[in-house]
Amino acid sequence: MLADTVLALGVNHKVAPVEVREKLVFCDSDVPLERLMAVEGCKECCFLSTCNRVEVLFVSDSPEKTVADIRAFLFSKSGLGSQEAEQYTYLHQGRSAVNHLFRVASSLDSMIVGEPQILGQLKQAFREATEEKTTGVILNRLMDKSFSVAKRIRTETNIGGSAVSISYAAVQLAKKIFGSLQGKRVLLVGAGEMAELAAEHLVAQGIEEVVVANRTVERAVTLARRFNGKAVSLGELVEQLEYADILISSTGATDLVLRKKDVKPIMRKRMNSPLFLIDIAVPRDLDPELNSLENVYLYDIDNLKDVVEINKEERDKEAEKAERIVTEESLKFLDWLGGMEVSPVIAELRAKADAIRDAELARTLSKLGNLSHKEQKSIEVMTSSLISKLLHDPIQFIKLDTVPVRKQVKLDMVRQVFGLDKIRQDPDE
Amino acid sequence: MSLLFLFSFAVYILATTTYLAYFFTENEKIRTASRTTLVIGGLVHLLYLIHRYFQAGHTPLTSNHEAVSFFALTLTWAFLSFRWRFQVKNFGTFVTLLVTALMIVSAFSSHEIHELPPALKSNWLPIHASIAIMANAFLGLAFCGGVMYLLQEREIKKRRFGMFFSRLPSLEALDNLNQHCLAIGFPLLTLGIITGSIWAKQAWGTYWHWDPKETWSLVTWFLYAALLHFRFTMGWRGRRAAIMAIIGFLSTLFTLWGVTYFLGGVHSYVG
Repeated sequence: MLADTVLALGVNHKVAPVEVREKLVFCDSDVPLERLMAVEGCKECCFLSTCNRVEVLFVSDSPEKTVADIRAFLFSKSGLGSQEAEQYTYLHQGRSAVNHLFRVASSLDSMIVGEPQILGQLKQAFREATEEKTTGVILNRLMDKSFSVAKRIRTETNIGGSAVSISYAAVQLAKKIFGSLQGKRVLLVGAGEMAELAAEHLVAQGIEEVVVANRTVERAVTLARRFNGKAVSLGELVEQLEYADILISSTGATDLVLRKKDVKPIMRKRMNSPLFLIDIAVPRDLDPELNSLENVYLYDIDNLKDVVEINKEERDKEAEKAERIVTEESLKFLDWLGGMEVSPVIAELRAKADAIRDAELARTLSKLGNLSHKEQKSIEVMTSSLISKLLHDPIQFIKLDTVPVRKQVKLDMVRQVFGLDKIRQDPDE
Repeated sequence: MSLLFLFSFAVYILATTTYLAYFFTENEKIRTASRTTLVIGGLVHLLYLIHRYFQAGHTPLTSNHEAVSFFALTLTWAFLSFRWRFQVKNFGTFVTLLVTALMIVSAFSSHEIHELPPALKSNWLPIHASIAIMANAFLGLAFCGGVMYLLQEREIKKRRFGMFFSRLPSLEALDNLNQHCLAIGFPLLTLGIITGSIWAKQAWGTYWHWDPKETWSLVTWFLYAALLHFRFTMGWRGRRAAIMAIIGFLSTLFTLWGVTYFLGGVHSYVG
C-alpha cells in the first residue's frame, strides 16, 4: 500500500521531557534536509523544528530501515542510546501519519491547543523543503492539504479562540494589576509558542522590555531579538525577577522552576511591587504556593481560561469538532493517495472509457434501429478495440517506469489529463 | 432642623443613589449626573455652614452635629478636588456612601447651638478644628480607597471574578490613590495636632495634657506615620497599605467620637 510509505517520526512535549527535546535542537541555519535525503529509502522529506517538537515527515519504500536511520540521525548529537531514542519518539505510519500532521497543523497537538504559531512554522518548514526540492507529489499534496485543513478547522470551529483569549485575559489581568503597562518589564521563562503570543499581546500594550530566560541560550537569543529584548540563562532567573513585573513561564520542565522560597526574599528587594506570574506550562512551572505571597498574583492556564469564561465543556466540544474534521480530511487524502497507485489508476481509466463507450453505444444502436446480431456485434468489437488502442499508450506510459517518484508524477498527470479526479468530486479541486 | 441642612442631606442621598446606579449600570451619563448632583449638594451644604456661622456668632465646629457635618462637607470637596486631578473609577460610589453615613450621624446629633466657654474663644478654634477635620476628610478618602483595594484584590487573588473586577480600577491606581490621600491627609493631621497644642498652651498653659483626645490623635498619627515610613523604606504597599489606611481611619473616628463618649476629657465639651 502506498499509504504505508508516508511516515512521521518525531519528538514532542507529550513524549519527551524538555531536557531531551533540547538535545535535538537544530539551529535555524542548518536545516538537515540534505542529510535526511541521503538516508537510505527516504524519497521525500520535510523537517519541522519548534520549541515543543522536532519532527521529520517522510516517504519511504522501506520504512523500517529508514525509520531507524532517521531516528539515529536525529539523536546523533544527543548522546542518548538507541533504546532511549526509541522511547522518546513517536512514529506514525499511513493513515495515522496523515492524521498526525493534520492535527499538528491545526494546533490540536500543541501544548496550548489552538495556538496559531504552529501553522506558520509548518509553512516555513515546507517552504524550506520545496526550496531544497526534497518534497515530491505525495508530500506536496499532503502539506498543502494540511494547510487547508488547518484553515478549515480555524474557520469552522472556535479552537483558535481559546489561545487568543488566553493572551487577551493575561493582558486584561495585567491591566487590572498595573493599570497601564507602559514601562513595565516582562520576563519570559522558556521560549514556548504560547509565551511568545502572550508577550506579543503585552508588547502591543506598551511593555518596555522583554527578557527571555531559557535553558538553551541560543533560542533565548532568537526570541529576544524578536522583541528587541535581552536573553539570559535560566540560572539567572531569580536574579532577573527583581526587575520584572510580569513573568510568563512555559518551560515544560517536569519540575517546578520557581518556588515560594525563591521569590519571598526577592519581594523585599522589589519593595513589594506587584508581581504577576503566568504559568502556561503543563506540568506547572510555578509553585502554586506563590499565590499566597503578598502582592504576588499567580495564574495558570486554566485560571486564565476562567477569566474569559470559555468553559471547559465548550472547549472540548470545539476540539471534538476539529478532530472530526481531521478524520474526514485524512480519509479524503488517503483516498487520493490510493488513487496514486498504478493498478487503480488503470482500472479507473478503463472504467471511465467503458462508461463512455457504453453510453455512446446504447445511443447509436437505438438510432440505427434494426441491425442484425452480427452487425451489432461488430460495432461493439470496433468500439472496444478503439478504446483499448487509445488507452494502450497512456497505460504503458504509467507502467513502464521503475523510478517510483517519477511514476507518481506521471500518475498524477494521467489523472489530470483524463479528468479522473473529477469523478471523486473533491470540493477542494 | 435647618432647611438648608435637610436640603443638602437630601441632595447627598440623591447623589449616592445615582452613583450606585452608575456602579451597577456603568452608564457614563449617570456618572456625569451624579457628579453634578454632588456638586450641588456640596454648595448647599456650604451655604448651611455660612448660615450657621452667623446664627451662632462663632465658628460652627463646636458640637458633634457641626463637626460631623463639616466632616461630610470637606469629604465631598476633597473628593471633588481629587476627581479633577485624576480619575478613579467608581470612587464616587464609595465616597458618597461615607458622606451619607456622616450626614446621618450629623442629622441625629443635637442641633442645639452652644454658648462658647471662655477657653474656646480664640482664633485658634477655626484654624485647629477645620484643619483637623480636613485631615479626617483626606484620611476618609484613603479609607474608601483601601476598601476598594481590598475588594478588588480579593477577586484577583482568588481568581473569582464577581461584580468588582470590571468595575473597580486597577490595584496600582488604588494604591496610588492611597498614597496621594495620605500625602495630603497626614501633613494636615500633623498640623492639626500642632495647632491644637499651640492653642492648648494659650488656653490652659501647657502644650500637652495627655487628655484622651490628644492621646488618641497621637496614636492615629503614629499609625499613619508608620504606614508612610514603611511604605518608603520597606515597600508597605498594596494590601498592607490598604488595611493600614482602614485601621488608621477607624482610629481617626474613635478619636472623633469614641473618646468623647467613652473616655471624656477636656475636649469632651466640644462634642
